[in-house]
Amino acid sequence: MSLLEIENLSLAIGDTPILKGIELSVAPGEVLGLVGESGSGKSMTALTLMQLLPHAARATGRVAFDGIDILAATEDQMCALRGYDIGMVFQEPMTALNPVKTIGEQVAEGIRWHTKATRAAAEERARQMLDRVGLPQAKFPLSRYPHELSGGQRQRVVIAIACALKPKLLIADEPTTALDVVLQAQILDLLRDLVAESRMGLLLISHDLAVVTEMADRITILRRGEVMEAGDTVRTLSEQLHPYTRQLAQASMHVPARAKVHAVGSAKPLLEVEGVTRDYPGRRTSLFQRAPAIRAVDDVSLSMAPGQSVALVGRSGCGKSTLARMILALDRPSSGTIRFRGETITGKSEAELKPARRDMQVVFQDPYGSFDPRQKVERLVAEPLHLLEKKPTRADCREMVAHALHEVGLDPRDMDKYPHEFSGGQRQRLSIARAIITRPKLVVADEPVSALDVSIRAQILDLFAELNQKLGIAYLFITHDLTVARAITDEVLVMHDGKIVERGKTNEVLDHPQSEAAKALVNAAPDLHRAIARKIQEQG
Amino acid sequence: MTLHVDIPEETFSSILAKAFRNTAFVTGFVITLLILAMAVVSYIWTPYDVTKLVIADKTQGPSLAHWFGTDHFGRDILSMIMVGARNSIAVALVAVGIGMGVGVPLGAFAAARSGLVDEALMRINDLVFAFPALLSAIMITAIFGPGAVNAILAIGIFNIPVFARVARAGAMAIWPREFILAARAAGKSSTQISIEHVLPNIATLLLVQGTIQFALGILAEAGLSYLGLGAQPPMPSWGRMLFDAQTRMVVAPWMAIFPGMAIVITVLGLNLLGDGIADILDPKSRRQR
Repeated sequence: MSLLEIENLSLAIGDTPILKGIELSVAPGEVLGLVGESGSGKSMTALTLMQLLPHAARATGRVAFDGIDILAATEDQMCALRGYDIGMVFQEPMTALNPVKTIGEQVAEGIRWHTKATRAAAEERARQMLDRVGLPQAKFPLSRYPHELSGGQRQRVVIAIACALKPKLLIADEPTTALDVVLQAQILDLLRDLVAESRMGLLLISHDLAVVTEMADRITILRRGEVMEAGDTVRTLSEQLHPYTRQLAQASMHVPARAKVHAVGSAKPLLEVEGVTRDYPGRRTSLFQRAPAIRAVDDVSLSMAPGQSVALVGRSGCGKSTLARMILALDRPSSGTIRFRGETITGKSEAELKPARRDMQVVFQDPYGSFDPRQKVERLVAEPLHLLEKKPTRADCREMVAHALHEVGLDPRDMDKYPHEFSGGQRQRLSIARAIITRPKLVVADEPVSALDVSIRAQILDLFAELNQKLGIAYLFITHDLTVARAITDEVLVMHDGKIVERGKTNEVLDHPQSEAAKALVNAAPDLHRAIARKIQEQG
Repeated sequence: MTLHVDIPEETFSSILAKAFRNTAFVTGFVITLLILAMAVVSYIWTPYDVTKLVIADKTQGPSLAHWFGTDHFGRDILSMIMVGARNSIAVALVAVGIGMGVGVPLGAFAAARSGLVDEALMRINDLVFAFPALLSAIMITAIFGPGAVNAILAIGIFNIPVFARVARAGAMAIWPREFILAARAAGKSSTQISIEHVLPNIATLLLVQGTIQFALGILAEAGLSYLGLGAQPPMPSWGRMLFDAQTRMVVAPWMAIFPGMAIVITVLGLNLLGDGIADILDPKSRRQR
C-alpha cells in the first residue's frame, strides 16, 4: 500500500500546461528521486502535493496521500496535513528561515500548532529534534538566531522543522543544491538516517543524477512536465533505455574534448601571487573593542602560466572567492603582492590598473544577478570596451559585440534584447562574451556552471574549453565541484581555511588526494559511476 | 528548485496597461492633471482679474457670477485659487528639484564611498533632518526675508536629506549585486557605475518619493504663506487666502472652504499618484494578482 499515489496529474497555470499526466507513488520508508532540469515541473509537482500552488493554477487527476484525496481537500484539511503528515525541506536555507525568530521558536512553532502542546513541552521536543539533526544544546541553544548559523547548519534547522512531528512523507526540494559537497554529503546522510528511523517516505527532488542515485530506491525522470522514465534506480541508470535518461547521464559526466595544453613552463608566468593575506576586521564587541580579525586568506602563493587552466577548489567559506577578488584587484590584500604579466597590481589606482584590467576578466556564478536588468545586451557586453586605449566608435563597438556573441554561440541580433529575455545558460554565454570581448589573457570564473542544469553545464564547459584552445585564454576556475575541475583544468589548488593545502596535476590530486581537506572533498563528491557501482554492490 | 517563474520585465506599453487598471493611479493622475491644467489656464485666462479690487462685490457668497464667492476686497476666489495653484506648484516643483538634484548625488556618493565619508555625510544629514522642516523654513525666511524664492529655497533644503537617505538606501541595496562587481572588473569608476547602473535601478524609488515630497512641498508652501513668509501680496497663494479667511470664518466661510479644499485635493491627488506608481512598479505587487 503506497503512502502517496499520483495518477494522471495534469496542471495548467492560465493557459500554459505545466504538468502532463504525471504518475508516481511513494511507499512508507521508500526514497523516490524526482529528477529533471529546470522547468521540468519538479517543484510544481511538490507544490501540488502541498496544495501551495499559485492561484491561477488548475490541477486535474488524482493525488491520494494516506487515503486522502489531496486535490479535493479543503484548506483546513490541508493545514492539518502540512507540517504534520507532510514535511517539506526547501532549497535555499538562507531564506527558508525567519531571520527575526530564534531557531527554537521556529522548530517549536509547528509542534505547538499541530499538537496543541504547551510551550515548554514543545521546546523540549524541539530540543530533541535539534539534537537529532546534529545541533547539540551546548553549541546551539534554542535561543540562536538563523544569521548566527552557517548554511549547512541552517539546512539542519530546516530539516528539524520538517521532521519535528515525524511526518509520514518528507518532500525535499533540492535540499543540498545551495551547499558545498562536504555539507551535501552530511545532509544526505542525515536524511537517509531519518528515513530509516521512522519509515518516512521521502520524495527527493533534484537535478543532480549522482545525488539521486546515491539516495533513491526508485527514480522518476521528468522533462517538460512529462514522465520520461520511471523505475528502479540502478536498473534505470545502468541500462539507460530511454534516450533522455542517457542524455542526462552523459551530460552529468561530460568531459569536454581538449587537446593537450600549449607548452607550459617555458614562458614567463602570467600571474604570480606571493604571500597574500587578507584580514577582515572583527565585529565590534563594544565601542572601543573589536573581536580579533578574521583571516580569510592566509599567506597564499601561486603562479599561473599563459594559457593554463587552473582550478581552485575548496568548501564554501574557505576564502577562494576572496582570493579571486584580490587577483581581480576588486579587493586589496592586507599583505603580500600580486603580479600580473610581471607588473605588480597591488596598491595601484584604478587609472593605473586599466591596462591590467583589459587582460583580466571575470565570469560570475549567478547568470541572473550578473547583468543590470535595465540595460540592453549591447551595452552590457560592451562594458569592458572602455578599457581600450582608443575608444571604439559606436559602429566598431557593435561590430565587436556581434563578434563576441558569435564566438559564444549566440546570435549577433541578440544584442538589442534585455537580459531577462535569455535563459540561464544563454545568460552565462553572455557573461562569457562580456569577459572575452577585450581578448583578455586571464579569465577568472567563480563557480561559472554551478547554477546551470547538467545539459547546459556540459555546453558551457565545452565553450570554455573551446575558447581556451582558440584564444589561448588562461582560466582560474573557482569551484567546489570536482567534476568541473576534472573536466577542464590541468592543475588544481585545494584551499582550506584560507590556505592552499595541496596542489598538483588535476588527475593526480583528484585520484590520490594527500591532504585531509582534499580527501574530504573527493570522498564527498557525488559521482554517478561510483554511485551506481555502490548501489549494485549493495543489492548483491 | 526555486520557482524560477521569471517575472517578465516590463515593456513601456505593459506598464501603461497596468497603470490604467490601478484605481489609485488613475484617480491621482486625473486630479494632478486637472490641477496642473488649472494652473496653466490661469496664465491665459481667469474669470476675473485677481489684482483688481472691487469693493462693491466684497464678501459675497458663491453665486453664478462668482462660483466660489469673493473675498473681503471683492476678488473672485475661483480666480485666486487658479493663480494660487501656479504659485504652489512652482514652489513645490522647484523645491523637489533642489532636493533631488542635491540629495540624490549625495546619497549615491555616500553609498559608493561607504566608510568614513558615508558616516560623515549621513550624520550631517541627520542633523538637518532633526529640525522640523517648517520651523527651519521659518528661520530661513526670517533671516533672508519673506518671498516666493526664499520659500522655495527653504523647502528645497529640507528635501535634500529625504532624497539623500532614499537614494543611499536604494544604492546600498544595488552595490553588492554581481553586475556591479562585473562593472568594477571592467574597470568602471564608482561615479560611472553610480550613473550607469545604480541610478537607473533606483529611479522608481526616487519617482515615488518625489511625488510624496511634491505633496509635502505644497503643504509647506501653504503653511509658509499662511504665516506671511511665502509669496507676497498681491500675488495670491492658497496659504495666504486661508490666513485672510481666518478672521472672517463666521461671516464668509467660503473664503476658507475653497482654498482649503484646493490644498486637500491637490495633496490627496499627489499621494494617490505616488501610491499608484509605487504599486505599479513594485515587483512584489506584480507577482501577486
